[in-house]
Amino acid sequence: MQVTMTINGQAVSEEIEPRLLLVHFIRDQLGLTGTHWGCDTSNCGTCVVLIDGEPVKSCTQLAAMAGGHDVKTVEGLEVDGVLDPVQEGFMQCHGLQCGFCTPGMMLTARALLDSNPNPSEEVIREAISGQICRCTGYSTIVRSIQWTAEHEASVTIGSSS
Amino acid sequence: MTTTDPAPEVTEEEERPIGFGRLLRKEDPRLIRGMGNFVDDIQLPGMLHLAVLRSPYAHARIVGVDKSAAEAHPKVVAVITGEDLAAQGLAWMPTLSNDVQAVLATDKVRFQHQEVAFVVAEDRYSARDALELIDVEYDPLPPVMDVRTALDPATAVIRDDLDGKTDNHIFDWETGDEAATNAVFDKADVVVSEEIVYPRVHPAPMETCGCVADVERVSGQLTLWCTTQAPHAHRTVYALVAGLPEHKIRIIAPDIGGGFGNKVPIYPGYVCAIVASLVIGKPVKWMEDRTENLVSTGFARDYVMKADIAATSEGRILAIRTDVLADHGAFNGVAAPVKYPAGFFGVFTGSYDLEAAHAKMTAVYTNKAPGGVAYACSFRITEAVYLVERIVDCLAHELDMDPAELRLKNLLKPDQFPYETKTGWVYDSGDYEPAMRKAMEMAGYDELRREQAEKRERGELMGIGVSFFTEAVGAGPRKDMDILGLGMADGCELRVHPTGKAVVRLSVKTQGQGHETTFAQIVSEEIGIPPEDIEVVHGDTDNTPFGLGTYGSRSTPVSGAAAALVTRKVRDKAQIIASGMLEVSISDLEWNKGSFSVKGDPSKSVTIQDIAMKAHGAGDLPEGIEGGLEAQICYNPENLTYPFGAYICVVDVDPGTAVVKVRRFIAVDDCGTRINPMIIEGQVHGGLADGVGMAMMQMIAFDEDGNCLSGSLMDYLIPTALETPDWETDHTVTPSPHHPIGAKGIGESATVGSPPAIVNAIVDALKPFGVRHADMPLTPSRVWETMQGNHTPPI
Repeated sequence: MQVTMTINGQAVSEEIEPRLLLVHFIRDQLGLTGTHWGCDTSNCGTCVVLIDGEPVKSCTQLAAMAGGHDVKTVEGLEVDGVLDPVQEGFMQCHGLQCGFCTPGMMLTARALLDSNPNPSEEVIREAISGQICRCTGYSTIVRSIQWTAEHEASVTIGSSS
Repeated sequence: MTTTDPAPEVTEEEERPIGFGRLLRKEDPRLIRGMGNFVDDIQLPGMLHLAVLRSPYAHARIVGVDKSAAEAHPKVVAVITGEDLAAQGLAWMPTLSNDVQAVLATDKVRFQHQEVAFVVAEDRYSARDALELIDVEYDPLPPVMDVRTALDPATAVIRDDLDGKTDNHIFDWETGDEAATNAVFDKADVVVSEEIVYPRVHPAPMETCGCVADVERVSGQLTLWCTTQAPHAHRTVYALVAGLPEHKIRIIAPDIGGGFGNKVPIYPGYVCAIVASLVIGKPVKWMEDRTENLVSTGFARDYVMKADIAATSEGRILAIRTDVLADHGAFNGVAAPVKYPAGFFGVFTGSYDLEAAHAKMTAVYTNKAPGGVAYACSFRITEAVYLVERIVDCLAHELDMDPAELRLKNLLKPDQFPYETKTGWVYDSGDYEPAMRKAMEMAGYDELRREQAEKRERGELMGIGVSFFTEAVGAGPRKDMDILGLGMADGCELRVHPTGKAVVRLSVKTQGQGHETTFAQIVSEEIGIPPEDIEVVHGDTDNTPFGLGTYGSRSTPVSGAAAALVTRKVRDKAQIIASGMLEVSISDLEWNKGSFSVKGDPSKSVTIQDIAMKAHGAGDLPEGIEGGLEAQICYNPENLTYPFGAYICVVDVDPGTAVVKVRRFIAVDDCGTRINPMIIEGQVHGGLADGVGMAMMQMIAFDEDGNCLSGSLMDYLIPTALETPDWETDHTVTPSPHHPIGAKGIGESATVGSPPAIVNAIVDALKPFGVRHADMPLTPSRVWETMQGNHTPPI
């Protein structure tokens, strides 16, 4: 079957098997390997992408279901050589070690901050609680997202003055 | 909208240290862009996909395998069974403990999900489809699932493949002086005994295990991209096992999505992929799924430990003895130095000055997955530390003494180091009391005890748990330690280019620990070249010197020492060249971290970059000095290093639901010299979260028929951001006297030290119920049972 969607701002139209999972479509067919696969059961969240701005686990979604939608992967965070602040935040606060869960964590963080620019620690922990990190113990991920929120706030204030 | 400013609390100078200090990671720019290169990211032209058929039974004889339907699948290229491999002499492979393990089962299956056959197909999905077309007839046998009855004469014999094997016994092992220990017990005022179980757990890295094998037909060159923590050791094992010529094998460990010991062993899937590529002549990828990872690859722990502790009535600890039953699964696949079948369990004497100690152990086969050392355990120190820190708390309970006070009374004193334990381990350095005091101060220990007393009055359940651990990390020395005959030493090569940039090549391999940053800092500290000018090459056997790899927290203690010493060797040569450039004798030069200057005349100096150009440039060098500025060494450690730490955990238990909330966790670690505090803190944090998982959430469980009940992340629970608190960490610094930069290793300290602190806290919370001990995992249901007086061991 044919599926058409927008990935990172670009329209793609591909012939796929109806049963193809979105994560395999993104990784194997489009070659965007920044989205990872980890568990098959929606528990680990390393496969999270944004569909129309909402975090979705791409291992339990058919590629066909994303047809007509706007999909964003980690490769879409950096625009024209400029990092998304959330990427900067993860580097500054040691929010990653092996880097395997990181794309999904950053995309969830992006979606959170887009809807809530100043989340509390509790809200951040809740937002990433559907995703597993084995390396960081989460504190530095929380700090990375807090750093991003603080920085985005200061940029907003700066640009409005 | 963008941001490039550094974090406000960190100055630019602190961000760019020459040498040690907080330095943002060199790995991160690619990883935050999704541009890492993990094994499953690798796509080669014509690459095929391999899937493994696994046994539904834990113990069964294979009557027959019919693969004809699978072979008829239009996208299937090959279907290989155990018999096919046996015809090539490849059905069995050695384990890291000199046992053998089936690559594909031929005679029997010996654990549920054991590898029985594999399919190679044009795509991932077709390979999996075809597995369902293979028809295997099994004759089920009684499974041996209970470690406690595995040696009963009536029990089925699992390893009848071994000549003359008539039982499920693997080995007996002991350490310490039994008679002396018993004598101390006989005279002790107080003896406390407890059976302490460390259940089977699994490292479950985010990235599962897998590989891409590519055998080049004409030259016979094998390139294996593999999730391995020990690429050089793997290459040699493949050479020894399969008879492949070692110079024709290249192992590449690209980015690794977490290891924790899970990626030390060689798994049947790797061998299958190599065989498939060899036979078919195309590259073959094998990536296990999450269930395969949990049910078949290296598990950890599975020790039943009977422990006794002897003390005076004033709380002076005199002796500890233990009798351990170790479940090694169907094949003895423990990764441990040959002379240490129980790993470094001998450090069970902990951080205390004992009069005597003795341990004995019996290891048995069961119909469970093989493995035995994994999950950041520092070769069984996790079990040892849990044993001693739990039994010390049981003693505190019996003496009605504060557990922190009991520890302070018995900790080794600074003037006792180097300290030889009663089981023969020589602790290199330690200053324990300041670490303990610091943790207590951070926690506000006395205030917490007051709060607890008030809450108990009101019927609220609050617990405070303490642990003090000493680790032993950085194996070798090679005279004592080898794996399958390979000495546990590590090479390192440093090359300074003409313009003063450098490349350092390591035998170890990061799985997230940040080697590309830390090792650049070690070299930078020694030679003054900025870390950003130093490239770290690792994870590729063709481009790095030989060494045993990253596990057991050995990278910094062994390879880090190698990096420091190879840099000093280069610096020594640079000094000779500098003496020629400045026309003074070597002894008239002083080193200023990046340049040599003439003593008493700092205006006369040459930088390391000047020297590098001179070393490669025109003109003569001093007498006897060859051109170039590079060196290679192999470092053989003279002893292990012994990091330590004091941990305090505070929990609240809901009396109505038995749900445990970890309210606070305070960790004071001492890993000697600190190379990058940011990375060290990260290592500690990760291990603390591991501890929450093991203590409260996870266990690889089986039913009596041998079914693994923990085959997904819905059943095998891993802590999320909701179960883990904001960690409170600090440190003390007691350098290792024999390590060239005084560093000790930190990768596993928190995984080792945190489970007893958490369990001690939960047991402390349950003190009003008269509870002295409860076994992990302390899930709400198990805590509830404990509150009702119905606590049972998990195995």
